[in-house]
Amino acid sequence: MARYVANRLAQAIMLLVIVSAIGFAILHLAPGGPLSQFAASAQMTQEDLDRVTKQLGLDRSLPIQYLDWFGRMLRGDWGRSYRDGEAVLSVISSHLGATLELMTTATIIAVLLGCWIGVLGALRRYSLFDTLATVGAMIALSIPTFWFGLVTIYVFSVKLGWLPSGNRQTVGDGSLLDLLHHLIAPALVLALVETAMWGRFMRSAMLEVINQDYIRTARAKGMPEWRILTVHALRNALLPMITVAGLQFPTLLGGALVAETVFTWPGMGRLFLDSIGYRDYPVVMGILMFSATMVLIGSFLADIFYAVVDPRIRVG
Amino acid sequence: MTSAALPTVPLAPGQAAWRRFRRHRLALAGAVIILLLILGSAFGPYLLPFDDTYIDIMKRFAPPFSGAHILGTDELGRDVLARLMMGGRVSLSIGIVAMVIAMAVGIAVGAFAGFYGGVVGAVLMRLVDAVLCFPTIFLLLALAALTEPGPVTTTVLIAATAWMAVARVVEAQVRSLREREFAVAALAFGSSNLRIMFRELVPNAIAPIVVAATLNVAKAILLESYVSYLGYGIQPPAASWGNMLNNAQIYLTSAPWLAIAPGLAITLAVTSFNFLGDGLRDALDPRMNIP
Repeated sequence: MARYVANRLAQAIMLLVIVSAIGFAILHLAPGGPLSQFAASAQMTQEDLDRVTKQLGLDRSLPIQYLDWFGRMLRGDWGRSYRDGEAVLSVISSHLGATLELMTTATIIAVLLGCWIGVLGALRRYSLFDTLATVGAMIALSIPTFWFGLVTIYVFSVKLGWLPSGNRQTVGDGSLLDLLHHLIAPALVLALVETAMWGRFMRSAMLEVINQDYIRTARAKGMPEWRILTVHALRNALLPMITVAGLQFPTLLGGALVAETVFTWPGMGRLFLDSIGYRDYPVVMGILMFSATMVLIGSFLADIFYAVVDPRIRVG
Repeated sequence: MTSAALPTVPLAPGQAAWRRFRRHRLALAGAVIILLLILGSAFGPYLLPFDDTYIDIMKRFAPPFSGAHILGTDELGRDVLARLMMGGRVSLSIGIVAMVIAMAVGIAVGAFAGFYGGVVGAVLMRLVDAVLCFPTIFLLLALAALTEPGPVTTTVLIAATAWMAVARVVEAQVRSLREREFAVAALAFGSSNLRIMFRELVPNAIAPIVVAATLNVAKAILLESYVSYLGYGIQPPAASWGNMLNNAQIYLTSAPWLAIAPGLAITLAVTSFNFLGDGLRDALDPRMNIP
């Protein structure tokens, strides 16, 4: 097990290095590179620019600059926002809570609903329910999330007036009920795609399991059907879902960004778009690197967790 | 049909695939809808009396099915149907061209990584893994914000964020096909590595490649709609399905049709490509039958 973890950790670190190199390359792709904020100001003369270039160490060779930048990233120095001079990491962390709240709620809905649909679809394969669920999942995966958000706002906020059309809370009202009221629409919109994914994966995992010999043996022993389902089938079918959770993470994060833009949810995605609008490159880069690192850690944890619950993996 | 009526002569692979595909009614419907959308976008604008960029401020916010404008007009009095068709040209072309570029890059990377394996393969595939760490939309928006917006940039950027899945598929295929007799035979004939890769191995992996390509178009159309919706893709006055939704949120209360028409067009196109891809997967390789 220790060897497996060490192996995976080494892979994750190698990936982190490549990810950071890609991030660094994008940073230098910006018009004017890291200097763009100064170049945009009319008061800066070429002399000033040269001085800043030297000060920031931008006259050094790219590999040296990269190592310096990567080192500062590791130490937690992610630069400062152009907008208000606040440290990038603290800007991100102040918006992280809202995003995590949205993602967690949507994931809980998606996992429960998706697994239920998937299991039922597998047990009653090719039934009307299964057909509708399969077709429905495909349509859910094809609807643009932001447009679905707009339609939700139109129906439930504009027409019916049941739900607020955006934001995380009513100003001046800090009650839990108010928070939940604001959470419903964006969480459901984000959960749509996730539910469809979980349903599809759960269905195929369940189909894989219920034709196995040990299920037949359990039936032959006269074990009650519900026990076969829960103890034997579901337990094994849920295993690959750990990997699915890891793989789904980037999609979930991207989906959160989309849902946040439509519902003006004050999370990381909203911050990302605002920062793009203000050409606040340090924050844009910070969020890009932060989300990639989160994905990396997520898939690393999924691998480790899978190995813990399924010993077959560690050997292979 | 009874089993006795079934043909006993084995069908040619192409024929068998067509039979399986035909049975997939949703895929067939998808193919028909895609054809209609392409024809409608290509020739529809010539049949309409309105130009997609013609501004008629007196007729702004005309609701659909009321008078000359079938789908109504937008905030500047432009005909929504005309914009939908012209937008279709842009969105569908971007989807297809981005797919072609992504396939070219993905197939090249996957073929080299799968064929050479070892260090080359490991480095290329770790690069694929690393790019996949970035949530696609974040990466696409960051790149779009750093570059000059326009149809070409948008297409290239979408391709740049969509080639990795193809590379993975091709790499796995090439790696396993490399050991097969026909590949070894080609090597014995003295064929060059490049020839073996692209004349022998890749054509034999065509089934999963075609499926990946179809699904890739769906993904590219979705991505284009999103960047354009946010204003970093296709720039007005040119229409795209995404940028038609640009102002839709502001007028959601007074003119909901502005949001509904382009959104339905995107959903229809993406759903059709996804069903088509699903049907092709069932038809071309029954063993890959993943639900």
